[in-house]
Amino acid sequence: MSAYEQTIDTTPSLIITEPEKVPTMTPGQTLESISLKISEVVLRAGTPRWWFGALLVSSAFAVGLLFALTVLVFKGIGIWGNNQPVGWAWDITNFVWWIGIGHAGTLISAILLLLKQEWRTSISRFSETMTIFAVVCAGLFPLFHTGRPWVAYWLFPLPNTMGVWPQFRSPLVWDVFAVSTYFTLSVVFWYIGLIPDLSTMRDRAKSLFVKKIYGMVAMGWRGSTRHWSRYETACLLLAGLCTPLVVSVHSVVSMDFAVGIVPGWHTTIFPPYFVAGAVYSGFAMVLTLVIPARKLFHLEDFITMKHIDSMGKVMLTTGLIVAYAYTFEPFFGLVYSGNRYEKFLILNRAFGPYAPFYWTLILCNVITPQFLWWRKIRNNTVVLFMLSIVVNIGMWLERFVIIAISLHRDFLPSSWGYFKPTIFDILTFSGTLGLFMTLMLLFLRGMPSIPMFELKTSLPQVHLAGHPAQGDFEQEVAS
Amino acid sequence: MKQQKSYPIYGIMAEFDNVQDLVAATHAAYEAGYRVMDAYTPFPIEEVSETIGFHRHHNKVPLVTLIGGLCGGIGGYSLASLASAVWFPLNIAGRPLIPWPMFIPVTFECTILVAGLSCAIGMMAMNGLPQPYHPVFNVPNFSRATIDRFFLCIEARDPRYDEDAVIGLLNRSGAMEVTRVQG
Repeated sequence: MSAYEQTIDTTPSLIITEPEKVPTMTPGQTLESISLKISEVVLRAGTPRWWFGALLVSSAFAVGLLFALTVLVFKGIGIWGNNQPVGWAWDITNFVWWIGIGHAGTLISAILLLLKQEWRTSISRFSETMTIFAVVCAGLFPLFHTGRPWVAYWLFPLPNTMGVWPQFRSPLVWDVFAVSTYFTLSVVFWYIGLIPDLSTMRDRAKSLFVKKIYGMVAMGWRGSTRHWSRYETACLLLAGLCTPLVVSVHSVVSMDFAVGIVPGWHTTIFPPYFVAGAVYSGFAMVLTLVIPARKLFHLEDFITMKHIDSMGKVMLTTGLIVAYAYTFEPFFGLVYSGNRYEKFLILNRAFGPYAPFYWTLILCNVITPQFLWWRKIRNNTVVLFMLSIVVNIGMWLERFVIIAISLHRDFLPSSWGYFKPTIFDILTFSGTLGLFMTLMLLFLRGMPSIPMFELKTSLPQVHLAGHPAQGDFEQEVAS
Repeated sequence: MKQQKSYPIYGIMAEFDNVQDLVAATHAAYEAGYRVMDAYTPFPIEEVSETIGFHRHHNKVPLVTLIGGLCGGIGGYSLASLASAVWFPLNIAGRPLIPWPMFIPVTFECTILVAGLSCAIGMMAMNGLPQPYHPVFNVPNFSRATIDRFFLCIEARDPRYDEDAVIGLLNRSGAMEVTRVQG
């Protein structure tokens, strides 16, 4: 052996090792074990005690929401802290925050499906459900912000005796179309995805009553191969339709602001900046929910560290996009716009009366997520759980900073103001958190939270010879 | 299984415990000239639908989705234009009554909405669902078709259907159990 080779041998630091592949499912699963373990969460006798405790706490907050909204219907939105000039405050902040959270669900179920990211399967049902409930919470805010929710149907283009129609040039009308389309298709996609699993639940249920309930919602699904063929096409098409939809929804939401001339709003960076922020907060919320749920329902076999790690990576990526937008906003305001109101806004954000909010936002959304560069941290569920909550707080602050700080000091100093939340603002927001958790808990107890039939297709034993993956179109063409 | 002569026979059902046997049996049945048959599986298996003769062009879901999307798009744009120019025209400093770029978001959302709904509803309708009762549910072990078993049913409507021949064919193809399905 030459001296040269010896030096190579003694420098192991040069050898690059492939990172260990973490499976998306613990090995040794069978078709039956998948059905058994996932449906068992719902069908087992007896509900765990912690579930009742959690339901009690979250529904108590939901009752607070009911109270706050009842008072609002009787007294009007004056019970909130909204004022002149801060006409949009916590309500719209919460609306944008919740809508944004929903975006991760569609990203996981639609975009990652098209990109053939196999790891998405286990968490897709979970996050689609999160989307629906988040949009429900989001929808409450503009609905009640109208002050007269009983005439909310005026938002839709319905022929009426007054002969008045919505203003189709207005982003607020686009918002009605975008959010209602998003909600409708999210529910449709979610339900279509559930049907085969509901039939599994029907066939696994012991009691006749439970069988009948699942039987009814499963619509008589029997797994016919013709049905599967149309079904798969429909799922793929729905994913393809939802992909531009999800991008459009938060773009339209951002145009509610960007089309206005308020300093800090009137900028072309908003649509991509909002979409990235939405995905960022959405993944944070998925992590906040999945980390405890997989422990409490013993789903570690299907939601492995691979999923947690991947979600951490997506969070880091979108976090960096958001950080990029934060960096460029002051540049646009201070240098590029040449507009004194825009300049003032940037300085007012950083050093005005709401400065602590701005700096907390930077801390939560830009500095803290940098820990996600380390795999050790991405694989530590406790730290990741805390990080995800920090990101959720940060993303809420971001919307508050954009909305309230821009409005409270716009053009004329004589019309400047200040916003302080009232108890009803707090009750409404905490109430939607309670409503969201209540709905999530009911879902986890009543529906299969992981798509069983999709997981089965990734089992090695179901693959035909020469077909490494089910539904792999390239393989099909090649063979 | 009880034999009740009063009910017509829907077909012959064979049960398999793995994909390979199902695909082989489906192949054999198709080769033998049977056409009216269906497989029942816990998850989609593309090879099986190809083998029973349900090809890509039989699948009309994409067409329905396309038609739905076109209707939605045309409908959305017409709605915005009619509302702004005919039903409730507002002359604001002489700005155009139909500013098409401003109507794109609504047109887009309507396209996606109607396309998505026609995709989902069309898929269910073409599958004949909801259908609470179907003869195949009478097969004793059929509840495992949604869990871990694979079924192949050659139906009595098939012109070449002959009970003994079908049972013989399915038994030869490695079925765990072959049952008559009561209609």
